[in-house]
Amino acid sequence: MPDERGHFGPYGGRFVAETLMGPIEELRQAYERYRNDSGFQAELEADLAHYVGRPTPLYFAKRWSEQLGGARIFLKREDLNHTGAHKINNTVGQALLARRMGKTRLIAETGAGQHGVATATVAARFGLECVIYMGAEDMERQAPNVYRMRLLGAEVVPVTSGSQTLKDALNEAMRDWVTHVDNTFYVIGTVAGPHPYPAMVRDFQTIIGREARAQILEQTGALPHALVACVGGGSNAIGLFHPFLKDEQVALYGVEAAGLGLETGQHAAPLCAGKPGVLHGNRTYLMEDKHGQILDTHSLSAGLDYPGVGPEHAWLRDAGRATYVAVGDEEALAAFRALTRIEGIIPALESCHALAYAMQLAPTLAQDQGIIVNLSGRGDKDINTVARIEGISL
Amino acid sequence: MSRIAECFAALQEQGRKALVPYITAGDPNPQVTVPLMHAMVAAGADILELGVPFSDPMADGPVIQKACERALAGGTSLGDVLAMVAEFRQRDQNTPVVLMGYLNPIEIMGYQTFAQQAAAQGVDGVLTVDMPPEEAEPLVMACQEQGLDRIFLLAPTSSPERMEQICALGSGFVYYVSLKGVTGALTLDVDDVGQHVAMIRRHTPLPVGVGFGIRDAESASKVATIADAVVVGSALVKRIEQCQDKPEAIPEEIGALLRAMREAIDATGSA
Repeated sequence: MPDERGHFGPYGGRFVAETLMGPIEELRQAYERYRNDSGFQAELEADLAHYVGRPTPLYFAKRWSEQLGGARIFLKREDLNHTGAHKINNTVGQALLARRMGKTRLIAETGAGQHGVATATVAARFGLECVIYMGAEDMERQAPNVYRMRLLGAEVVPVTSGSQTLKDALNEAMRDWVTHVDNTFYVIGTVAGPHPYPAMVRDFQTIIGREARAQILEQTGALPHALVACVGGGSNAIGLFHPFLKDEQVALYGVEAAGLGLETGQHAAPLCAGKPGVLHGNRTYLMEDKHGQILDTHSLSAGLDYPGVGPEHAWLRDAGRATYVAVGDEEALAAFRALTRIEGIIPALESCHALAYAMQLAPTLAQDQGIIVNLSGRGDKDINTVARIEGISL
Repeated sequence: MSRIAECFAALQEQGRKALVPYITAGDPNPQVTVPLMHAMVAAGADILELGVPFSDPMADGPVIQKACERALAGGTSLGDVLAMVAEFRQRDQNTPVVLMGYLNPIEIMGYQTFAQQAAAQGVDGVLTVDMPPEEAEPLVMACQEQGLDRIFLLAPTSSPERMEQICALGSGFVYYVSLKGVTGALTLDVDDVGQHVAMIRRHTPLPVGVGFGIRDAESASKVATIADAVVVGSALVKRIEQCQDKPEAIPEEIGALLRAMREAIDATGSA
């Protein structure tokens, strides 16, 4: 998966304006070439080791596991990566590719700002021009990351159209790309968009699952009972899941944002409460109304606030290989407080959705069973959001 | 012969070029659209492009995005757009109408249902911006069965192989996007467009329309020397936006803009 035209069953594909078909095909060919190129892979590995800081630890959260009284919970510490989230795994890969393709300008969309920071970071490292599109509402709730991107030399462009969040930033980045296709490389941050992005971003993120699989076997001598990861677009989840797909005894849980509750309509859970459609270059599950218009989403976490999801997740859902559940704002906040106080780790609000589901799952399992939770990012960027909820001004 | 083919055949006989205005259906309110369609025909439009509003018009610039937002605020759905075409047909049986938009509203309605209803209400052609030929077969088949023309975009970035493939799949006319960028973008390089149109003509006997970047009578007349059809969108939609507080004036305002373009284009044709 996917097939040569980028289909995961009925999902995926390429649904973009004709102007972009040439550049997308150019990218596919470049990626096919370099993914099998030993020089490229060696450079990527060296950067992941010495710049990103891989491998990241697989940490046994002993106190938290004991308090929950069930399965042993292990955290894959993507929060310890340079820039503080799993996003850097992918941007290093795409920047190396951009450089080999002779592109001098990187553009990206960002929600919580983690992907924007990761893109600005690699642009700085490789001396490339960088423009980041970000919803005006997200810029407000993620001000520290906006500042980080600017420090790194990127131009951050506020997007004021539509709902002023991630989907609109993506529209705007697509418009930039179509206007500057000659020198510009569009660094998509998740496993969505037109082929080859879903497969390419997945491949760059599978380092998470490959490491985790080897680490859990080494630490416990067995595969885990379950993997849990949050799903917005779904890149950290696919990265963790993919190397375990053939281990059928390992249950896979993708956790979407239930926001204020699935029943309220104020959520960001297309796999749990949406239906298939076409948006942003691929066919996948979407949050849409009965006329096919894309709905506004809600999540406490800007990084999950997206009405679509990667097409491979849509396929895994229909195939029954992965189970998708949703966790609301309140539960995510409870997990934020729990992990911070019990383990001394401040998790990103995105990751808190996965942690919250692990809190539900662990007590139902036995103590010899293991759960790996992908701690996809650190919570520094979210402390303003949490403080505001608690009525504290920083 | 389809209404679009008949239209181009008649124009060719007269030595004239087609003027193809685009408006977003339901912009700024649903009541304006049908009177505006008639006004555009009266002002010299040959084919009407009716935009189906979509929440995320990625290939369009801010002008048309805002038009979509106004239309959606007024509740205009794909079903409503089809009803507008039916109403237009009560008084106009001749002017071809092309629906232009994004795939998702059609996908939700269902390709078969959409094609049947569109044909029944008097639509002549369908152009979906985000559906390249690789993904087009199911909708193309549904449209073909109902006698609807399939209009595809060609871009400056289209390879000769893609031109070949797209021209083979399309009917009615092909639409050359005159520049890299979104609708309403600025510069138009007429020589470059001319070279691309000449290349397209080697692949297809279909008429070639050119759009993106045509903002006034002068640019319209330049494009008319190269292409069979001149597509004007953002320039009209911008005027509609300026008139949104007095929508009753819109048919006349847009008519005046089109008449100037019509005259400029016809002057080129007879030169």
